[in-house]
Amino acid sequence: MTPGPGHYLLLGAILFSTGLFGLLTRRSLLMVLLSIELMLNAANLTFITGAAMHGNMSGQIVAFFVMVTAAAEVTVGLAIAVLLFRRDQSVDTDLMRSLKG
Amino acid sequence: MGSFLFYLVAGTAVTGAFLTVTLAKPTRALLALIMTMFALAVLYLKLGAPFVAMANLIVYAGAVLVLFLFVIMLQGIGAKDIPLSKRFSQSHLLLATLVSLSFTGLFWMILKRTSIPAAQGVSGTIESFAEILFKNYLLPFELTSLLLLVGVFAAVNLAKKDPS
Repeated sequence: MTPGPGHYLLLGAILFSTGLFGLLTRRSLLMVLLSIELMLNAANLTFITGAAMHGNMSGQIVAFFVMVTAAAEVTVGLAIAVLLFRRDQSVDTDLMRSLKG
Repeated sequence: MGSFLFYLVAGTAVTGAFLTVTLAKPTRALLALIMTMFALAVLYLKLGAPFVAMANLIVYAGAVLVLFLFVIMLQGIGAKDIPLSKRFSQSHLLLATLVSLSFTGLFWMILKRTSIPAAQGVSGTIESFAEILFKNYLLPFELTSLLLLVGVFAAVNLAKKDPS
């Protein structure tokens, strides 16, 4: 079966839900951030498939913006991870309860 | 030939993704994600987006994931095996599996019921990409520079040691 746009979209969905699984279950903050990267890339694949499907370049531009935004998100997320590690000597998300009332 | 390449690369991407969320050593999980990035870059090339494919490799595999590697190494947890009980939140495991499987299932059902038009194809050469970026999306492009600047400020300010 020759792969059409549907195959690419399904692949994007599989990658996205794999990332979602990691986001929900991993306990290390770094692995959670890594899973978010995976989800963003799955969304990028969907955007670029959309661009090819409709013959419209805007999808590729959006994918480019997602990349830039992800770079900014990672810098802040990693800075927070470094801070938390400095305070608790651990990046375990189950130990982060300081916001709990 | 084209379909063989697709299935090979798609298999690589999915394998890399599964390894990323399950592997015990953070460094290996990161390398698995880089594998997924390379596979995705091949797919972007096939979809007529060479510029985004190369930007993906340079920005993601080259910069973002190396930054991750630095932080992982800084904390000295890179080569350590995280035991299974500390790797996953056990209480959420079943529910998370259910959620992610049902997401894939739902998406698959939607795809089966919709008729997807055949790809028209685009040529995302740097010329055509830049023309649209700087004509139609100039303001968002300028705003991303502001976003990156704020990101730099935030990272420097957060990581700075308290003077007290």
